[in-house]
Amino acid sequence: MSPVALDRRSFLRVTAIAGGGLLIAAYVDPIADLLGQGRGGGPAVPLVPSAFIKIAADGRVTIIGKNPEIGQGIKTTLPMIIADELDVDWKTVTVEQGDLDAKYGAQSAGGSTAVPTNWNGMRQIGAAARQMLVAAAAATWNVSESELTTASGKVMHAASKRTMGYGELAAKAATMTPPDMASVKLKDPKDYKIIGQRIPGVDNAAIVTGKPIFGIDVSEATSPHLAGLLYAVFQRCPVFGGRVATANVDDIKKLPGVKQAFIVEPAQNLSGGVAIVADSWWQAQTARQQLKVTWNEGAAANDSTTAYAAKAKEIWAQPPAVQATRADGDVDAALKGAAKVVEGEYFYPFLSHAALEPMNATVAIKDGKVEIWAGAQQPSGGRTQAAEVAGVTPADVTLHMVRMGGSFGRRLQNDFIAEAVNIAKVVGAPVQLRWTREDDMGHDYYRAAAHHSLKAGVDASGKFIAWRDHVVTFGPDGQRGASAIGAAEFPARFVPNYAVYNSVIQMSTPTGAMRAPGSNGNGFIMQSFFDEVAHAAGKDPLQFRIDTLASLIVPPVDPNAAPAGGRGGGPGGGGFDPKRMTGVLELVRDKSGWGKTKPPAGTAMGVAFYFSHSGYFAEVAEVSVDAQKRVKVNRVWVAADIGRQIVNPLNAEAQVQSAVVEGLSQIMALEITIEKGRAVQSNFDQYQAMKMRESPTSIEAHFLTTDNNPTGLGEPALPPILPAVANAIFAATGTRVRSVPISKLGFKWA
Amino acid sequence: MKFDLNVNGKAVSVDVPQDMPLLWVLRDALHLHGTKYGCGIGECGACTVHMRGRAMKSCQVPVANAAGAPIVTIEGLSPTGTHPLQQVWKEIDVPDCGYCQGGQIMAAAALLTANPAPTDAQIDTAMSGNICRCGTYLRIRDGIHRAAAVAAGVKKEVA
Repeated sequence: MSPVALDRRSFLRVTAIAGGGLLIAAYVDPIADLLGQGRGGGPAVPLVPSAFIKIAADGRVTIIGKNPEIGQGIKTTLPMIIADELDVDWKTVTVEQGDLDAKYGAQSAGGSTAVPTNWNGMRQIGAAARQMLVAAAAATWNVSESELTTASGKVMHAASKRTMGYGELAAKAATMTPPDMASVKLKDPKDYKIIGQRIPGVDNAAIVTGKPIFGIDVSEATSPHLAGLLYAVFQRCPVFGGRVATANVDDIKKLPGVKQAFIVEPAQNLSGGVAIVADSWWQAQTARQQLKVTWNEGAAANDSTTAYAAKAKEIWAQPPAVQATRADGDVDAALKGAAKVVEGEYFYPFLSHAALEPMNATVAIKDGKVEIWAGAQQPSGGRTQAAEVAGVTPADVTLHMVRMGGSFGRRLQNDFIAEAVNIAKVVGAPVQLRWTREDDMGHDYYRAAAHHSLKAGVDASGKFIAWRDHVVTFGPDGQRGASAIGAAEFPARFVPNYAVYNSVIQMSTPTGAMRAPGSNGNGFIMQSFFDEVAHAAGKDPLQFRIDTLASLIVPPVDPNAAPAGGRGGGPGGGGFDPKRMTGVLELVRDKSGWGKTKPPAGTAMGVAFYFSHSGYFAEVAEVSVDAQKRVKVNRVWVAADIGRQIVNPLNAEAQVQSAVVEGLSQIMALEITIEKGRAVQSNFDQYQAMKMRESPTSIEAHFLTTDNNPTGLGEPALPPILPAVANAIFAATGTRVRSVPISKLGFKWA
Repeated sequence: MKFDLNVNGKAVSVDVPQDMPLLWVLRDALHLHGTKYGCGIGECGACTVHMRGRAMKSCQVPVANAAGAPIVTIEGLSPTGTHPLQQVWKEIDVPDCGYCQGGQIMAAAALLTANPAPTDAQIDTAMSGNICRCGTYLRIRDGIHRAAAVAAGVKKEVA
């Protein structure tokens, strides 16, 4: 490798940084940079090491975490991958959160995609930087690069016993051309020193000492650009899509501390309502209590979950009015001829994400430039919406990606950013918009509910022969359901006679993705009803699952097809490998001691599996239920196959525990009902998330290593826990749980 | 109105409405952002601080009721950030998103002061006012036990 020759389309920038060190070569396309390409959706800028790695003269390394941190640990995980290939000691690394910037490539949190989509790129970034440092040492010593090795942030030449630290080499390395990313040499996994280690989160010290690291903590004290910061509340129409008819804004303007009060008309990306801006948030919120608004509520005022439940029954009473999403064999004939038929109506409700940090955004607009501090899972979308509302180009918008106090999919939507930009634009001063918990729960993009009417049959020998499902779910256009069952959903292809129909009820209240979207509720229904089939067949529920997975009846159309969605599925079921699922079922059987012991009366195990986000998960729950229907989930075993490498086992276990606890909240207690277009529940007293005393004594995570590319973990551990518990309740009590939350069936936590 | 407060061992004076919850006084008037807002109705515990040595939900304390009482926030739990709970929280990686953890630590610290060696059941009771939406409960429980052991070890050394 030699110093690079400058040409018209590339240049090098060697920048002094604090401490006397140097930024390794910045390699950017100045033309693309000037045009702002890659910022407003233009061509992607190729990733280069200098964007991610800074090495100070004393050897301290700074690595950028590029993706939004919502508690999934990605701010630690991705830099770990870079640091390992760079060959530095983790204790010398400081991680900084990157702002939204094209030089980092795609930046998002969602779909459990961060590890699978960045596994190669982050390794290449680290390896390329290492190679540049080696080249710098080779040039310094006038030896061949092949004679050099690296370890712990040093380059070594064994023959001459010479060593130079990365800090000493950084300036020279900055003059080296970054190598071709695709062919850069990567470590043999057996040489990993950081990947695979139990590394605590990089923000832990800030968290436990209460440092201002979340969006809601942004203030004049954290940024000089926020001098004169004002605080806003926004009273949205309680019905989605409604608008203000009249409001006493002139009265509100006279209240203590209030700077402005004004009506916002609904528009693209903006809800209608009344904004109140004051010197302090408490004054704005206090003034809000005096607000008198009459609303034009609009069509969503008819939304009612009670009416929808009745409507689902009406739909089921008729032959399906929709084409089958998939039909194999002759399901109706097979059910007629079955020796044993099971049937049931299943339900899961609407849910609010209820991240503990309510939505908020801080905005400063000056000289046509918009600066935003906000948590966003899709920050580039937030920038686009902000630009539209502010009337500027996306290149005029800076988005600082602050840590999020949970999200679970809520901050895939950027509505609160657009609201804050709009308010700041009107007010002409920096503004922080804070939602209350009631705002947050009342104006969510809810996890859509679903009603299923299911029927299945087994023959006289206990063989599974038929499965029929008529799904009723919800969509704004009445055509496309938010939680529809796809054509490859298990047990499709593993039973000769199969039909699924997806009917859709038009609903105006918005729905959106929530942790393991679709899968989080459908897992409960599919694996609970499949359990009913196992019992009808007179088989052990775990072994029946293994046996069924071994009986692929309709082969995949294209076994190599990439998964079309989170649940793996085009009609061919591409992406789902039944052998991998069998592997985790066997593992969870062995780890849990399934069937080995006879538990006391009222205690039993339940099992379920689910494939989502390319991850294979099988889970067993041991549950005790007493005569008063008090439930204790004693222990949970999770077996997972997400490929050949767990990047950070400590965080991986945390993600599994988190998914299980969230699933337990959902099965017992969480439900949003909607009447007259309004969410009935408004705070945690009515939306009771699990607490410590209710949580299991242990949640074991076991990872089966298979020779497959690493996949994500934020979501796929969630879906199986609901049916595992529901199936355990059946085994313990004989009561089949067909709807959640089970608090409505009289169950409560012990 | 003016109120004289004692926060983290310092006398401070604030000019705020008398019904303003201590939570917002801490956050917005004093820029102590470690105390978090999650519900505003005393259900989630993210705003837990110590008042007169006891765990209190600061969203439920009007500033007028806090005047004069010694108040400790997560920023003041240990001047160096080395309270055994803080050390253990970092080591065993308790936080996921971390938003609730200041409140969790303050609730746990009050428990350990009152009961230096709590049982699981005592921990569950003491922590029943704190929600973690990320589900870190197993590590919180483990962390409290470990911090109790660390504190006991420190005491032994001193003795």
